[in-house]
Amino acid sequence: MGKVKVHRASPSLDMTPMVDLGFLLVTFFMLTATAAPEEPVSVDMPSSVSEIKIPETNVLLITISKEGKVFFSIDGKYNRQELLNKMGERYNIQFSEEDKSRFAVMSSFGLPIGNLKQYIDMPPDERKNVEQPGIPVDSLNNQLKDWIIFSRMTNPSLRIAIKGDSDSNYPVVEKVINTLIDNKVNRFNLITNMERTKPS
Amino acid sequence: MAEVSQGGGGGGHKKGGKVRAKKSSTRIDMTPMVDLAFLLLTFFMLTTTLSKPQTMEITMPEKPKPEDKLPEVNEKKVVTLILGANDKIYWYHGITDPKVELTDFSANGIRKVLMQQNAQIPGMILLIKPSDESRYKNMVDILDEMNITNMQRYALVPITSTDKELVKESNL
Repeated sequence: MGKVKVHRASPSLDMTPMVDLGFLLVTFFMLTATAAPEEPVSVDMPSSVSEIKIPETNVLLITISKEGKVFFSIDGKYNRQELLNKMGERYNIQFSEEDKSRFAVMSSFGLPIGNLKQYIDMPPDERKNVEQPGIPVDSLNNQLKDWIIFSRMTNPSLRIAIKGDSDSNYPVVEKVINTLIDNKVNRFNLITNMERTKPS
Repeated sequence: MAEVSQGGGGGGHKKGGKVRAKKSSTRIDMTPMVDLAFLLLTFFMLTTTLSKPQTMEITMPEKPKPEDKLPEVNEKKVVTLILGANDKIYWYHGITDPKVELTDFSANGIRKVLMQQNAQIPGMILLIKPSDESRYKNMVDILDEMNITNMQRYALVPITSTDKELVKESNL
């Protein structure tokens, strides 16, 4: 009696290719991921049809919030240490080595230089609760100007980008732009979102 | 040396109290590792930002030095755009006795105006004057509009008190 034996498939299937692919993707995303920098304010950018991407390095970012506060950020750890050093000399504020290394890993900030040391000395999770008044850009006390000058001295290949909130008032933007022009920065970038509808 | 069991080669059928080295399976359960891998994969996929923000490059003219002579232009070529409050655009052609008109940022608004004026006025020069009530968005939008309509000559200039009065008088 030739009994036909039903071939039973083994219930454990070979997962190796899937796992390989999984790890490949993990590696890819781990290497490409850049942690989104923390921002003290959320900024809703206007949109434009421009398709130029912002460079990844050597960027000096000036953020303008809805209320017209100005925030400053620059990339590069060593540049930041150097910058703080120079700013400290300019305003006669003594920043310790620890301050500098803490400043090097900070995100953007919007404080007058006088309050900066105190801010740096705070633990990172307390910094979030600080109400930042913005960097002074008035003609009498234009600290943004010094930040820009010393940043460019530290890193001459800097590109300057302005990230403004759609609803920020023009006079503040004008002040920032005039500060830039006064320091012979005639070419800068305005960061925008992608336009959703293409123009006809 | 007989005591050393050699990888469990084949001493299975020997009885008689000999301790047999247990052959452990070469298959290990990879499930937790795979779980973790996929957890990480999900995490990185969700947190990564692939789309970088766009940027608009603008180049402002250098500040004129006192000894520089500013170029003079024919007023017939000049079109002034004043960015007002609430996304309004006031615009006029020429300088003397201008007729102020109102438009907006829609495709039928400013874009049409720019196209028409550009066709009528050869070598048109646009002066963009954002008022104090205008917002940053307005400035970006108008610069964007310049790119879309491919305007060659435009400048961002500060608003003057004459312009403010013109806007007020126009009652638009």
